[in-house]
Amino acid sequence: MPSSSAGTDAPPARGEITRPAPGRAVGTVKPARGGSTRGRWGKLAPYGFILPAFLVYAAFLLYPLLRSVHLSLFDYDGLTVGTFVGLDNYAEVFSSKALRASFLHALVLIFFYSVLPVMIGLVLAAILSRTKVRGLPFFRTVVFLPQVIAMVVVAVAWRQIYAPQGSLNTLLRDVGLDSLTKTWLGDYTWTLPAVGFIGTWVSTGLVTVLLLAGMSRIPSDQYEAARMDGAGAVREFFSITLPSVRGEITVALTLTIIAALKTFDLIYMTTSGGPGNTTSVPSFEVYRRAFKTGEVGSAAAVGVTLTVLIFAINFAINRWGDRSNR
Amino acid sequence: MKTSNLERAANYVILIAFALFALGPMFTIVKTALGPENADAAQDGTSLHWGNFSAAWEQGELGKHLTTSVSVSVIVVVVAVFFSIMSGYAFGTMRFKGEQVLFYLFLLGIMVPTEAIIVPLFFDLRSAGLTNTIWGVALPQIAQSVAFGTFWMRTYFRSTNVAITEAARIDGAGNHRILWSVLVPTARPAIVTLVLLSFMWTWNEFLIPLVMSPRGEVRTAPLALAIFQGQYVQGTTLLAAAAVIIALPVVIVYLFLQRHFIRGMIEGAVRE
Repeated sequence: MPSSSAGTDAPPARGEITRPAPGRAVGTVKPARGGSTRGRWGKLAPYGFILPAFLVYAAFLLYPLLRSVHLSLFDYDGLTVGTFVGLDNYAEVFSSKALRASFLHALVLIFFYSVLPVMIGLVLAAILSRTKVRGLPFFRTVVFLPQVIAMVVVAVAWRQIYAPQGSLNTLLRDVGLDSLTKTWLGDYTWTLPAVGFIGTWVSTGLVTVLLLAGMSRIPSDQYEAARMDGAGAVREFFSITLPSVRGEITVALTLTIIAALKTFDLIYMTTSGGPGNTTSVPSFEVYRRAFKTGEVGSAAAVGVTLTVLIFAINFAINRWGDRSNR
Repeated sequence: MKTSNLERAANYVILIAFALFALGPMFTIVKTALGPENADAAQDGTSLHWGNFSAAWEQGELGKHLTTSVSVSVIVVVVAVFFSIMSGYAFGTMRFKGEQVLFYLFLLGIMVPTEAIIVPLFFDLRSAGLTNTIWGVALPQIAQSVAFGTFWMRTYFRSTNVAITEAARIDGAGNHRILWSVLVPTARPAIVTLVLLSFMWTWNEFLIPLVMSPRGEVRTAPLALAIFQGQYVQGTTLLAAAAVIIALPVVIVYLFLQRHFIRGMIEGAVRE
């Protein structure tokens, strides 16, 4: 949650519904909680309200998560009875060249989904927030749009851009850079960056909108004071703007890194992990191993490792973000 | 603060360039969708081939798959939002034993990727006879939406004015009356956001319908597009047209209610 809503989380609001507010004329009105039936059921009421949500959640998310951990300890092909192998599947995640590569590719995607958009977004938002420009709401609607389009549709669009006779190569030829044209989704070196750049396209709008909102909350007298001291645009950015949007950067990194690590639809639709295995990522390995090559235990281990990685990265980013919000 | 005209002009250049960058791929796909499908079609003199959409609709059996998408979305949104309002109410306004532990358990679900649960989900739901049914596709997504929804509604209910509910309670209203007649009507903006986000996630979901319906009986629209891409190799026109049709429902809702989408996706990022 960004800092804006942190205030609504203040403890005094909670629990007070179950007891009369101190300011009210308690003596003149009989406390409603006194009724005998409600007293007994009142204690159970919260659990009753949570129960339906909890049942679905436990059955279709928590339980499968535990079952994943359990499955990951077995050598299981999905058909016959599995054999217990302990942590072998996890050892494989680190020792197998293919799996190590898939996690490395995920790191490359993090650069394209998160690092690059945050850098671009910071520069753009800083420039845009220096002056009042008209049409900002329209701009926000447009640049946020890639976030709401199904990834499969995004993939179809970019396949056409990257096709041998697609718009990217046409553009390169038109400006005389014929030597740079290539089969973008069939090249051993360029396919991973090409797929990653789709992530940049998807994330940059979200990140910029988020940072613009954060920068609009910086009081303008801070900038005026800095200008009186003779600070230039660059100093201003590093001493005022950047520290003030640390919370927003945290949120942006969390959202986009998780999106990068969960890239599945895009890979499935554009490259299926190829050429070779140059664009295989952990999520794709989970699918391929569990449902194509019959390595169910290994698939579960990759899924669990991916989850641990997401939690660790999330934790680390939020620790970094909190240091400034003491 | 004073800014020069030059800086202002530079700002507009950046705004326009960035907007074009965001719209470019969408323009490409719409242009392809309206282009001539083959040499014959290129001869007939019209520049915009709207017929591609009906051709894609028929060849991709989009009517059937969009209906499936609508059914799955309605089930997930209705059930998940209803359950989330109830659990969010408990977490947001009541105090009880195990509150913290239970709440963190729900928070966990927001971060758990589908990849971590999809493998056992398939094998266990297949044993339970739920694969290839609409419930096999919907239930895991209800669980995911409930995790976010509980968090989202809790945040909202915590911010509501205690005096209103207290007054209702003194008038003798029970928990259900307070929740459904007093709080929910004022919670409309928060609920609309939750409805829109869970609709978008369900409509766009790919991995769950891909795995949970191996026989293809419950094929949602995004999945149909993937299959169509595999079958329809002679060109890209109809594929682009099908893609536009599939993206359109969410895009239209977004254009009308974009504030909810932007707010929800930005404020919904968990930081506890």
